[in-house]
Amino acid sequence: MLCDLCGKNPATVHFTEIIDNQMQELHLCEDCAKQKSVQMEQQFGLSDLLAGLVDIDKPTKEAEALSQVKCENCGLTYADFKKIGRLGCSECYAVFKKYLSPLLKKIHGACHHVGKTPAKVTKVLKTKIDLSTLRYQLQKAIEDEAFEEAAKIRDQIKELEKKGQKPSKKE
Amino acid sequence: MNLNDLINHTSEWLKGTGPNSDIVISSRIRLARNLQKIPFPHCANKKHTEKVLKNMEAAMSSIDYLKSAALFKLADLESVDKQFLIERHLMSLELAQKANSKAIIFDNEEIIAIMINEEDHIRMQVMQSGFNLLEAWGIISKIDDALAKLLPFAFSADLGYLTACPTNVGTGMRGSVMLHLPALVMSRQINRVLAAIAKLSFNARGLYGEGTQATGNFFQISNQLSLGRREEEIIDNINGLIRQIIDQESQAREVLISREKAFLEDRVNRSFGILKSAYIISSQETTELLSMVRLGCDLGMIKDIDRRAVNELFILIQPAHLQKIENKKLSSQERDLKRAELIRDRLKI
Repeated sequence: MLCDLCGKNPATVHFTEIIDNQMQELHLCEDCAKQKSVQMEQQFGLSDLLAGLVDIDKPTKEAEALSQVKCENCGLTYADFKKIGRLGCSECYAVFKKYLSPLLKKIHGACHHVGKTPAKVTKVLKTKIDLSTLRYQLQKAIEDEAFEEAAKIRDQIKELEKKGQKPSKKE
Repeated sequence: MNLNDLINHTSEWLKGTGPNSDIVISSRIRLARNLQKIPFPHCANKKHTEKVLKNMEAAMSSIDYLKSAALFKLADLESVDKQFLIERHLMSLELAQKANSKAIIFDNEEIIAIMINEEDHIRMQVMQSGFNLLEAWGIISKIDDALAKLLPFAFSADLGYLTACPTNVGTGMRGSVMLHLPALVMSRQINRVLAAIAKLSFNARGLYGEGTQATGNFFQISNQLSLGRREEEIIDNINGLIRQIIDQESQAREVLISREKAFLEDRVNRSFGILKSAYIISSQETTELLSMVRLGCDLGMIKDIDRRAVNELFILIQPAHLQKIENKKLSSQERDLKRAELIRDRLKI
């Protein structure tokens, strides 16, 4: 079988393209396949899909101001994030938090981690994790209308907040 | 460890043992981890990625699980070596592109593999033979704990482990199971199954992960969601789904045997016959035919060859493996000849 594109060399690479629900099989030689793979990289990827999910419902003016927000640690702007669909560093999550939460909710159907925590954490982070977990449990309890349980959790939160660290409410 | 030694060694996940190994090839858990404040690889400069690599190199020497492991810098590898490691499922295509301070660590058994400076600073995986996600989780979680004691992982109290892509945030975990589903494909039920998988927020991919076609009736099923659920809960969900798919495949196999035995025996033995006698064969054709032979082994229609030997062939017939075996660069035509020779040799009875 000869290559579908150049018609000269034997086809050794086979792949299937789906465009508008139309399936097409291509049989290419190695050279043409290499060129094709470069083209494919430039095509629509996950980042475009993610970018599409971000602030669709924001008015343009607000969206413009938003795109200037920048992470001081790595230099990534919100506009960059929308373009590439990747955050620049761990600090980006705090900087863009307000805008990321709805996105995470769309992707995962949740925006609170409940899995494992690192085997070794600083005292400050430990308190933050405990507080975050309690606040999450409080929210669940209220949703389930388990108010007695909710009151108990609220007291635990207050106690923890009082203890030396005093982490800001926003965390 | 010398890369060439791997040719005569069977990766743990290919051994064809473990629970449900007639339908499930392997189970794999992957964790994504990053270091605090250091920009993620796509945003990082050389100093940053070097730092990640150095920290990881220092850490691995004091972790029991990684004592026997070897580290290879991508910059030191030939392109055929990279392809070779991809074919063995030890690293991704993404790691093979642009070498800057990227590295791959894996142990002797090829159970543990850790990619450095891929999409995230650290991407570790544990692979097991058969349907065995929980065991893989047990191992990887211990490695993760050991690393966390040495390296400051990027972790937020609210969002969990922070990753370059928001689709991995939270647990940073992806559990995937590689299934061989020839009966569902032959009975044209596979699309119904794949549609149900997508509806339940799971992914189905081909033999070589993201963006690859399902050749040889192999499907890799994995979770899409990583945030808002505990790791064990995610694994439980995958297990539940996989159990159902295994049941469906088993039923489809039974139906084929009871109603179309002659058709099945014909397909299986014809495939076996072509593999034993071909002189020129492509990897795609081989994979399709081997899939039938593997089914024949599972159903007792082929008795002279075991599942492990068939599993090994799926990997040995890949382009970089053939070139490693021959120890020279081969054009695709030369590969098709060598491939046929290797198969004839291995299937000789």
